[in-house]
Amino acid sequence: MISQAVLTCFALALFAPFIHQLMRSHSGWVLAIFPASLFVHFLGYVPGVAAGETYREAMPWVETWGVYLSFYVDGLSLVFALLITGIGALIIFYTGGYLAGHPHQGRFYGFMLAFMGSMLGLVLADNLIALFVFWELTSVTSFLLIGFDHQRERARRAAIQALFVTAGGGLAMLAGFVMLGAATGTMEMSEILAGGSLSAHRLYMPILLLVLAGAFTKSAQVPFHFWLPNAMEAPTPVSAYLHSATMVKAGVYLLARMSPALGGTDLWATILPIFGGATLIYGTLLGLRQTDLKLMLAYTTVASLGLLVMLLGLGSEYALLAAALYLIAHSFFKGALFLVAGCVDHQTGTRETVRLGGLMRAMPITAFAALLAGLSMMGIPFFFGFLAKEVIYEATAYADNMWLLTTVAVVGNGLMFTIAALVAWGPFFGRRMETPKAPREGSLYLWLGPLALAVLGLAFGAYPHIPQDLFVTPVASAIAGYEVHHATFPTIPKMGLPLILSGVTVAFGLFIFLIAGWVRAFLNAAGQRMWGPDRGSDQFLAALDFLSRTLVGLLQTGRLRLYITVTLVVLAITLGVPIIAYGLFPSEISVPQAPFHVYGVLLLTVVGALALMFARSRLQAILSMGVTGISVALLFLLFGAPDLAYTQFMVETLSVVIIALVLLRLPVDTYDSRHILPSLRDAAIAGAVGVFFTVLLIAVTARPMDLTLTDYFAAHAYVSAHGRNIVNVILVDFRALDTLGEIVVVMVAGLAALALIKIRRGKLVPPGNGASPDDERGAS
Amino acid sequence: MSSLILRTAVPLLVSLMVVFSIFVLFRGHNLPGGGFVGGLIAASGLAVYMIASGPAAVRRALIIHPIGVAGIGILAAALSGVLALFVGGPYLTGLWWLPDNIDIKIVATPVIFDIGVYLTVVGSVAAIALELEEWR
Repeated sequence: MISQAVLTCFALALFAPFIHQLMRSHSGWVLAIFPASLFVHFLGYVPGVAAGETYREAMPWVETWGVYLSFYVDGLSLVFALLITGIGALIIFYTGGYLAGHPHQGRFYGFMLAFMGSMLGLVLADNLIALFVFWELTSVTSFLLIGFDHQRERARRAAIQALFVTAGGGLAMLAGFVMLGAATGTMEMSEILAGGSLSAHRLYMPILLLVLAGAFTKSAQVPFHFWLPNAMEAPTPVSAYLHSATMVKAGVYLLARMSPALGGTDLWATILPIFGGATLIYGTLLGLRQTDLKLMLAYTTVASLGLLVMLLGLGSEYALLAAALYLIAHSFFKGALFLVAGCVDHQTGTRETVRLGGLMRAMPITAFAALLAGLSMMGIPFFFGFLAKEVIYEATAYADNMWLLTTVAVVGNGLMFTIAALVAWGPFFGRRMETPKAPREGSLYLWLGPLALAVLGLAFGAYPHIPQDLFVTPVASAIAGYEVHHATFPTIPKMGLPLILSGVTVAFGLFIFLIAGWVRAFLNAAGQRMWGPDRGSDQFLAALDFLSRTLVGLLQTGRLRLYITVTLVVLAITLGVPIIAYGLFPSEISVPQAPFHVYGVLLLTVVGALALMFARSRLQAILSMGVTGISVALLFLLFGAPDLAYTQFMVETLSVVIIALVLLRLPVDTYDSRHILPSLRDAAIAGAVGVFFTVLLIAVTARPMDLTLTDYFAAHAYVSAHGRNIVNVILVDFRALDTLGEIVVVMVAGLAALALIKIRRGKLVPPGNGASPDDERGAS
Repeated sequence: MSSLILRTAVPLLVSLMVVFSIFVLFRGHNLPGGGFVGGLIAASGLAVYMIASGPAAVRRALIIHPIGVAGIGILAAALSGVLALFVGGPYLTGLWWLPDNIDIKIVATPVIFDIGVYLTVVGSVAAIALELEEWR
């Protein structure tokens, strides 16, 4: 059932555009039914998983290499699956209103559902290779969604940047997975995790670093954070879904998943908190600089991911519980706030906080949702976010580097409080501002999603024991690899160090909120014109572009003569070196007995070749080559290869037709204008290839011929393939896959020739600003 | 080209060549021939037609773009292998319809595959030849 749930997402993605065509304005809720029913399906696993059970199913994929399409449900993957399908249903529904009337709305649904399938596959996959495939599929679908507005240059740049960072990290991760498989002897994650810690293995360090490279790029940790804010070029449903609630958490998921095998070492406990803490502080500071609602939220997402990585690095029971709590709470409030931002943008025409204010009266429901979600993000009591923060402080306060970690957490959370206030309070309260569009409450499509997520954040906060038993403890246990226990979360906050820290956080956040304008100005002044990884990635891509251009310019000159020279020189070397090194020259050459007419045809071949060598004009050269070709075809015929002979005859005929057509455009009477030295050089190359090839053929024919294959095909052609012509049966049956590849090559060659001719004819402009390929010089 | 003799003979010649190419295509399973050589014969037939009556006439006769013909060929060849997946064999396993009372061995996926090869070759070669001929 798990595999069907994943695979039907992809199937539905294919049909989504047609369903949209059919349902038009109703497509939003119709398509949302599917993820909603998946959500209900996964809810069915909750009681079992809460009781400590796991579920696994596997289908063979590439069995010889231990690759299975296997899926595994435990506390961690189940919570992710519920978030993906539940929030997914709300987002698809939201899209129905947000993109209403967009010409590519159907395509958008398709991309979103394909992403949903990839993401579900990622979190449910048990096999490492399957996980990798789904991982890269999320990168690809994210690329498509960021670049959805493909006519905008910024969107295209952001899409390419995100793809190249996340897919690049994914490749590093694959290398880590392969080593992990080699180290443990299995590709199934459930078996690897059951095997316990790998810290003693000599491959531990490279595995950890490579897996971290994958996780840090995907989850936008400093210094790979830059792609995530740029990804805000995507439509808002994408930002809410991929770039806050689900995909960017894939890296966190991977770290959590691998924690029993790779975690618990000094290396782990050093790298993760350092990168996570740095990301937390850096993300919030950059977020404060922004005035665009979506960008502010994007940077706080970066910060939150840093916080999660930091908690996973601590690895204590409190830290894992805090990570589980924060993971769920963050998905709710950040998803809701993103959708609110989209709603404000959609209804007012701007996302700039400085131009928004007093929308409360015009958009009461949106404002209510924003307020609830914002309070959860700020960490106000009775909201789920508060609970998460309490446990975070419990974790940091009892860790080794207590002072440092606690300070980082308090500052990070305080700044997030400020941004939450700016995003959730700023646009809706205070002075009414003029906006490009007259604001008005959005349709049900637009407010249901954020409201549902925001209310859920309050409900979970008000009855904390329900999520604790059903989700938080199973997640933390899955990360830890053993049963994690914690006293029941209280609804009413209890006095203690965490509560004091919460108070400090709120006070600090409020203080920064009051001087937010000044802080922003200061940060802008400090961060102006700084070189950063964002510009660096552009420079890297530009350098790559330059390198490939230079290389192509060197190798692909457009001169046919150069290509042929290079090919033949390589051939002469690969043939000649072993022949000379091993002394394969034949000791004696026997002249075989053959009828007179065979020698006649052979002589014709030689005459044709000689005439070609001394041809003075193109026409002469082509005709001489035809003589050789036809004589070779005759030889095939004489030695019992009629199929080959027929084909050769036809190729010779058509070559004459095609070359004649080409010649109509070229000066026929161009004479060989090479000087004596180049002529001698070319003759030497041609002679070397000829001699070495002859030697090779003599050496090959001197050995007894291995007839195993011939006998096999002769015996089986008629019996199993019902054909008497072995050549044809091999082509269309025994080796049909090779033939399929070959005809694809035929067609691609045809297309390429077509493009070249069209460029020559001036019907097409060649890509780039390079000169048109000069094949005339090459052919002369 | 405005040779009266050629233009008179061409309809007969070309139809003969195309019919012969199809004959060669189907003959290939037991005797020399097959989709590749058949496709080359048909392509030369089209070339003759093109030289006599001009590229526009050939394009009209082909109805769709020659590269489209090649594409249909590849699609046919690729899809002929999918059928095997439904009966549990590996991709491109040959499937044959062999009725008990009639001796025909032509309804089969390898035959469809060979037709695909034929169409690919015809389409690709014709596309190049036509484009060259139209380049004036």
